[in-house]
Amino acid sequence: MECEFERSRERLDDDTFVSELVKKYGKDRSMLIPMLQEVMLRYHYLPRDILETLSEKIEVPIAEIINVATFYHQFRLEPVGRYIVSICFGTACYLLGSAIVYEAMRDAMGLKGDKHTTDDLAITIEPARCFGCCSLAPVAMVTSADGKERYVHGKLTPSEGRKLVRKYRAQALKEM
Amino acid sequence: MSLKIDEKTRKIIYGPKGFRIRIPIASCSLAAGVNSVRDAVVNAIESLGVEAEIYRVGCMGQCFIDPWIEIAKEGLPPAIYGNVDPNNASKIKEIIQNYVNGDLSEAMAVRFKVDGVKSPQELTELDPWKYQVRFVSRNCGLIDPESIEDYIATGGYSGLKRALEMKREEVIEEIKRSKLRGRGGAGFPTWLKWNLCYQQKSDVKYVICNGDEGDPGAFMNRLLSESDPHRVVEGLIIAGYAVGATNGVIFVRAEKPLMAERLAKAVQQAREKGFLGKNILGTDFNFDIVTYRSAGAFVCGEETALIAAIEGRSRSRQRPPYPAVKGLWGKPTILNNVETLAHVATIFQFGVEEFLKYGTERTGGTKMFCVTGSVKRTGVYEVPIGTTIRRLIYDLAGGAKEGKNIKAVQAGGPSGGCIPVELFDVQLDFETLQQYGAIMGSGGLVVIDDSMCMVDVAHFFTGFTLAESCGKCLPCRVGVKLLNQILGKIKEGEGKIEDLETLQEIGESIMKTSLCALGGTAPNPVISTLKYFKHEYLEHIERKHCPAKVCQKLVTYVINPGICNGCGTCLRSCPAGAIEGKPRDAHKIIAEKCLRCGQCMIVCPAGAVGKV
Ligand SMILES: Cc1cc2nc3c(=O)[nH]c(=O)nc-3n(C[C@H](O)[C@H](O)[C@H](O)COP(=O)(O)O)c2cc1C
Ligand code: SF4
Ligand code: FES
Repeated sequence: MECEFERSRERLDDDTFVSELVKKYGKDRSMLIPMLQEVMLRYHYLPRDILETLSEKIEVPIAEIINVATFYHQFRLEPVGRYIVSICFGTACYLLGSAIVYEAMRDAMGLKGDKHTTDDLAITIEPARCFGCCSLAPVAMVTSADGKERYVHGKLTPSEGRKLVRKYRAQALKEM
Repeated sequence: MSLKIDEKTRKIIYGPKGFRIRIPIASCSLAAGVNSVRDAVVNAIESLGVEAEIYRVGCMGQCFIDPWIEIAKEGLPPAIYGNVDPNNASKIKEIIQNYVNGDLSEAMAVRFKVDGVKSPQELTELDPWKYQVRFVSRNCGLIDPESIEDYIATGGYSGLKRALEMKREEVIEEIKRSKLRGRGGAGFPTWLKWNLCYQQKSDVKYVICNGDEGDPGAFMNRLLSESDPHRVVEGLIIAGYAVGATNGVIFVRAEKPLMAERLAKAVQQAREKGFLGKNILGTDFNFDIVTYRSAGAFVCGEETALIAAIEGRSRSRQRPPYPAVKGLWGKPTILNNVETLAHVATIFQFGVEEFLKYGTERTGGTKMFCVTGSVKRTGVYEVPIGTTIRRLIYDLAGGAKEGKNIKAVQAGGPSGGCIPVELFDVQLDFETLQQYGAIMGSGGLVVIDDSMCMVDVAHFFTGFTLAESCGKCLPCRVGVKLLNQILGKIKEGEGKIEDLETLQEIGESIMKTSLCALGGTAPNPVISTLKYFKHEYLEHIERKHCPAKVCQKLVTYVINPGICNGCGTCLRSCPAGAIEGKPRDAHKIIAEKCLRCGQCMIVCPAGAVGKV
């Protein structure tokens, strides 16, 4: 039950990637979550076709995989931006106004309705669960899509929120 | 409790070079910009040409002084500087220079005084420390969390040695004597669970460290694991020995990555030193630990859901059988909270008597509490069980923020309740809190002031539980949704007086019929606010008025003409065309047309829109 996964560096094609995954974890239903975590690491979301291949190879129905994937917050089924800005909606943050900071950030990026990611795939803004930095509420955590960079920003106001997402978007566009 | 500075601690404080600068690298201080502070300190010691060593530590729980540094040079008192400006490198250099010259006037406090050196007061004399008893959190902010040597130097792993010299029954007996009860929420006597598991006959048994900490507003487990992870690992090994386990699992939630990294590193170091693996410390005890990252769902913190998550399923199951009998992979399993395990290690290091100096008749020792929300000094405070809410919130955390009035405290998160300010002399222990409709939970206290609305708080928590319910049982799935909808209606000014009764009835039936404690305690926030803050509900229902001006549909938006510069941003964004005004002149909202969506307040770059 070893779950401290290594990041696979070499470029594999999709099918080989899934085969390697199955080889590493076995056709083991209980290893589904670590396997999905690895898919996340590689694609930053769970692409439908990859899940289908995985479903065939480990003989677990696709519906069941989707069920697990939607239950846990960590998994996503849609592509994400270069930087993911997560705004804490935990108690301390919510009571100190994180919802308004969130709306201000979305407004600054022109995100409306169900949209969480900008069309240029630079930024994703989403509500999130407590990060345990509640004493600096309201808090936002910014992670790069590959999970390698991680920044936490505390005591945000709506106008700082706007500045923050603009900064990361500019950075993302430079890097893309 | 004053910090006893023995020779070992002294060595750790000043380091081998006799000059150490402590820099806290933990999630909270990182958020406060400590990386820039570190860069500035590195540059400063280089340009000043001083022989100081940069020493990474965890967080001492005083989040309100983040980012802080501590400068300790042999011959001078170790001095703590709070709220260091990360963007002012020259100031940081000046602080170090002054310190070296013996001028400590800018320091917030010193760890201890040194004869002949003028210095500010000692840390333990400061209000936020005075009433604390730092039993499990003793090393937080003092030692390098990534160094097993430093942990050992403070007495670490001596508890494990002691435990391994005892029989399993004796270890359990020792924990029984300590009156240690689980710090993860329910307050279950630790020895009882261990004993049940110990008595099972099985060649494989598991012990699990529950580091899922999903209660929003609680972060003592994160802080402890990031600052002193070996204490948790040592506790888990002792637990493993006591019940006769072969394997340990540390389960950490995805939102707390640094906590997971530090614990994984500690496990690896413990293995290298022979505290894990085969024949630990020359005994016939074999035991190893793996770390597991949760994919992040609140219900995963619940025992059976946590086990399901490790097994790759996603739901809670009915108890009994209890995990101690039939748990992970069907084998006897115990789960303990991070802080519980850290207490175990500390009890074995310092003795049961030391632990029993604190606590109540039924519960031994201390507990870490997170105080956040509307207080001056947010942070983590470790106090004896049975300390009053007032002491924690006013004496330690400094009371209300400037210009605000505290009206309640939310204790125990989504399963807990709100306690009004009139009852702040209530003691923080398992039984007393329950009696008042709250729970101890993991020890998160969110302080609520009069700018926060109690109906909104109840609505917030039901929304949280609704999103987190695994959906298996009807009362939780449907009942909580109903609660949430009714509260939503009240927030919009469409509530009826009968709704209050309905809330109470639904709440009670959910409590009686839910499968796991997530549903079973979900109505607590609603029922406790109904009990103590009925007037706020009535105000919403009868007068269509939100006293705290939080419920959007019940407030009126106005533009402050003194601040508005007439940029027109709100005018362009208003979906109802309810704003008028000429460019560069102050704008106005026409109340009759306004939809109360609040959009103008969100878009206004000058912050000119307010609520009445
Ligand atoms: C919905 C729910 C969430 C929970 N979350 C946690 C948690 O994050 N951490 C924790 O230690 N216990 C949590 N618990 C309590 C655990 O089920 C269990 O009682 C605890 O881990 C036992 O450890 P202890 O005896 O050391 O407290 C949760 C319980 C419920 C019902
Ligand atoms: S609250 Fe909404 S409708 Fe009213 S003025 Fe502001 S934006 Fe327009
Ligand atoms: S409530 Fe926002 S970080 Fe905890």
